[in-house]
Amino acid sequence: MALLQIAEPGLSAAPHQHRLAVGIDLGTTNSLVATVRSSISVVLNDEDGRALLPSVVRYLADGTTEVGYAAQAMQSVDPHNTVVSAKRFMGRGVSDIAAIVNLPYQFVDAPGMVQLKTVAGVKSPVEVSAEILKALRARAEKSLGGELVGAVITVPAYFDDAQRQATKDAARLAGLNVLRLLNEPTAAAVAYGLDNAAEGIYVVYDLGGGTFDVSILRLSRGVFEVMATNGDSALGGDDFDHRIYCWVLEQTGLFALSAQDTRLLLTRAREAKEELTFHPETRITAVLSNGQAVDVLLTSKIFSEITLSLVNKTLAPTRKALRDANLGVEDVKGVVMVGGATRMPQIQRAVGEFFGQEPLNNLDPDKVVALGAAIQANVLAGNRSGDEWLLLDVIPLSLGLETMGGLVEKVITRNSTIPVARAQEFTTYKDGQTAMSIHVVQGERELVSDCRSLAKFELRGIPPMAAGAARVRVTFQVDADGLLSVSAREKNSGVEASVMVKPSYGLSDGEIADMLKASQQHAHDDMTARSLREQQVDGGRILEAVAAALAEDGELLNDAERGKIEERMAALRVTLEGNAPQAIKNAAEALNRATESFAGRRMNRSVQQALAGHKLEELES
Amino acid sequence: MSNMAMFSLEKNHFALFGLAPAYRLDLTQLEQSYRDIQAQVHPDKHAHLGEVERRLAMQWSTHANEAYQTLRQPLARARYLLQLNGAESDENSNTAMSPAFLMEQMEWREAIGDAKAAEALADLEHLAGRLRAEIRQREEKLQQALDVERDFAAAAEQVRELKFMEKLREEIHFALEALEN
Ligand SMILES: Nc1ncnc2c1ncn2[C@@H]1O[C@H](COP(=O)(O)OP(=O)(O)O)[C@@H](O)[C@H]1O
Ligand SMILES: [Mg+2]
Repeated sequence: MALLQIAEPGLSAAPHQHRLAVGIDLGTTNSLVATVRSSISVVLNDEDGRALLPSVVRYLADGTTEVGYAAQAMQSVDPHNTVVSAKRFMGRGVSDIAAIVNLPYQFVDAPGMVQLKTVAGVKSPVEVSAEILKALRARAEKSLGGELVGAVITVPAYFDDAQRQATKDAARLAGLNVLRLLNEPTAAAVAYGLDNAAEGIYVVYDLGGGTFDVSILRLSRGVFEVMATNGDSALGGDDFDHRIYCWVLEQTGLFALSAQDTRLLLTRAREAKEELTFHPETRITAVLSNGQAVDVLLTSKIFSEITLSLVNKTLAPTRKALRDANLGVEDVKGVVMVGGATRMPQIQRAVGEFFGQEPLNNLDPDKVVALGAAIQANVLAGNRSGDEWLLLDVIPLSLGLETMGGLVEKVITRNSTIPVARAQEFTTYKDGQTAMSIHVVQGERELVSDCRSLAKFELRGIPPMAAGAARVRVTFQVDADGLLSVSAREKNSGVEASVMVKPSYGLSDGEIADMLKASQQHAHDDMTARSLREQQVDGGRILEAVAAALAEDGELLNDAERGKIEERMAALRVTLEGNAPQAIKNAAEALNRATESFAGRRMNRSVQQALAGHKLEELES
Repeated sequence: MSNMAMFSLEKNHFALFGLAPAYRLDLTQLEQSYRDIQAQVHPDKHAHLGEVERRLAMQWSTHANEAYQTLRQPLARARYLLQLNGAESDENSNTAMSPAFLMEQMEWREAIGDAKAAEALADLEHLAGRLRAEIRQREEKLQQALDVERDFAAAAEQVRELKFMEKLREEIHFALEALEN
C-alpha cells in the first residue's frame, strides 16, 4: 500500500510542539497502533519488527501478565488463563455469548457483563482489553519517546452503547486519554479515501476475527459521510474456524474434548482456513492429549460448503445497509475490503458477485483501520487543522424508551448522524404519582425484551398532580463517540435527573481510579507526579488556545471582558510555575469559565463566515 | 452562554442555512450550507481545545444536524413551516379525516395486506411505485398551499394525510424486507 502522504499546509502547531497521538485498532484477533510521523501515517512495530499484536492475554499465578505472541504461544497449554477474543465479551452477558459451552473459560455470570476466572483472580473483559491497550501504549511511548497526549480507539461500527462504553473504560484503565471512539469502517474509509482521492459511494466490508461491519459512505469534496451502517457484532473469522472444528469432530467421531484439545483443534482449524486462501486443499493433523492422532484432508470446496451460511450471513446486513441508504448496488463505486477474514476466496467471490464488481484489495486489510485512526488522532490532537476533511458518522442502532406493555418507543433512529439529541414527552398515568422510572434500550425490535437494556433510572420528587398533568421531557444526547447520555425533567416543577448511560455493570469513575491506583507499581508519589504533569500539559494547552483565540478574534471582546480573561491567564501562569495539580486545575477551570461567552461568539462568527464565504463562491461561479 | 450564542442557536432553521423560509427548497444549497457549518462546528474540529469549546461544539453540531434533517425531509419541513407560521399540524389531536380519504386508506391497506399474504414481491413493488407517485402529487399540493396560497389550514390537513401515506410506505418497506430475508 502506498504510504499516506499528508500535505503540510494545514499544520497548525510548530514541529517542536507536535503532540504525540496514536490510532489504536483494538481487534478481536489482532491489535495495532499507528501514528502520523513526518506527515505519514505509519504502523508502529514491536522490537522484533512485527506490526500485529495478537489480542491475547495470559494471566499467571504471580499476578503478572503476558500479552501478544508470548500469550498466544501458551493458549493450548494454559487455555483457562489465556484469554483470546476478549472483545467478543465486551459489554456482554453470559446469555449473549453464543456457543459459550465451547469456550475454555470459567465464566462468572456477573450482572450484565461476564467475567472470567483466572489464576490471577476474576477478570472482566474490560481489564483484559486494558492489558492489550497498555502493551500498545508502552510500545508507542517507547517508539515515539514521550507520553501520549491521546489516542483514537476504533470500535466496530455495529457496537452498541454498552460495548462502546466498555471499550472507553478499557482505554481509561490503560491510562489513555481517549480523543475519540472511531468506527472501524470509517477509519478505513479515511485511509483509503485520502490515499486514493476517492469520490462517490463506497462500501466498506469489514470481516475481522469476531465482528462484521458494513458501512456505506459518500465521499465528496473532503466529506466522509456515513449513509448507513449495519453488521453483526458476533460474526467473524472465528466462526469459520469453528465450522472447521465441528467438521473435524464429525469426520473423526471425536466428542467431549478437554479445553486443551479444543483449543488445539481450533488453532489447527484456523491454520487450515488460512492455508485454504492459498491452496486448494490442506491437511489437518494433531495429536490429542490422550495420544489419539487426528489426520483429515479439507478441500476448499468442502470448506466453502460448510461455511456458505456464514458467508450469506454477511450479505443480509449488507442488503439492509443499502436499503437504509436508499441505494442499489449499481450506485456503488467501490467496495473496500477490510479485515483478515476478507482474504478468504469465498468471501471475495460472494462480495464480487453481490456488487457486480471486483472488490478493492489494494490496501493491507490488517493495517488500514489503524492507519486511518492515526490520521484522525493527529487532527484531533491539534497537530493539524483537518480543514481538508470532515467525518460525519452515524449511530448504528436505534435508541428508545420502554413504554406501557413492554413496548419500545424509539427516540433516536438508527443511522442518524451524530452528534444527535432528541426529546420525547411523557406523562404520569396515576393520580399523585411522584416518581417515574425510565428504562433506556437499544435495538430495532418492538419489544423491550428483544432489545438491549442500557440503563434504568428514576425521576423522583415530581409534585403530586392529577394523572396526565405532569409533563416529563426525556432527552437523549448521543455524542461524537456514539455514547448516550439521558436526562429527564418535569416541566412544571423543574425536577431533574440525568444519567450518563453506563450499562449498570459498567465501571464507575471511582472504580477505574481505584484500579488505576492498584495497578500502579510505584506508590503515591508517582501518581501525584503524573497528575501534576497532566495538569501542566492541560493548563499549557488552554493558555495556548486562549492566546491564539485572543489574537484571532480579540475584537469580539470589550476591554473589561478582555481584562478579566487576561487576569485569569496570568493566574494560571502563576500556578503552572508551582507544583500543585489541584491549583492548576482550579485556575484552568476559572479561565475556562471566563472564556465561555467569548467561545460562543467565536463559534457564531465562524458559522457566519462559513456561510458568507459560501455565498461569495456562488456569486462568482 | 452569551446572548449572541443564544441568538444564533435559536435562529430559525432556514435562516441558519441562509435560506428563505419556503417549502420549495434548493436542496443542493441546503446541503452545501450544512457542510460548511459542520466544517466549523463539528466536535472533531474542537477536540484539542478546552471543555467549553468541546461542549459548545457538541451543542452546535447537534443543532445543525437537527436543523438539516428537519429541512431535508419534505414532511418534517412542512411541519416546521406550519409551526413557524403559528399553525400546528395537530397530528395527534386532530384525527378527523375526510371519509373519501379514509376510504382510500382502506383500499391501500387491503391491497398491501393481499400482496403480503400472497408474498407477491412484484405486487408490493408495484404498490410502492404507485404510492410514490401519489405522495409526489400530494407534495405538489402541499407546496401550493404553503408557498403560494399560504393556506395553512389546508396545508395542515395535507400534512396529516401525508403522515398516513408515510405509514403505508413504511408498511410496504417492512413487508419487502421480510420477504427478502
Ligand atoms: N490468509 C488468510 N485467510 C483467511 N483468513 C485469514 C487470513 N489471514 C487472517 N485471517 C483471519 O482473519 C481474522 C483476523 O482478522 P483481523 O482483521 O486481524 O481481525 P480483528 O480485527 O477482529 O482483530 C482471523 O479470523 C484470521 O484467521
Ligand atoms: Mg478489525
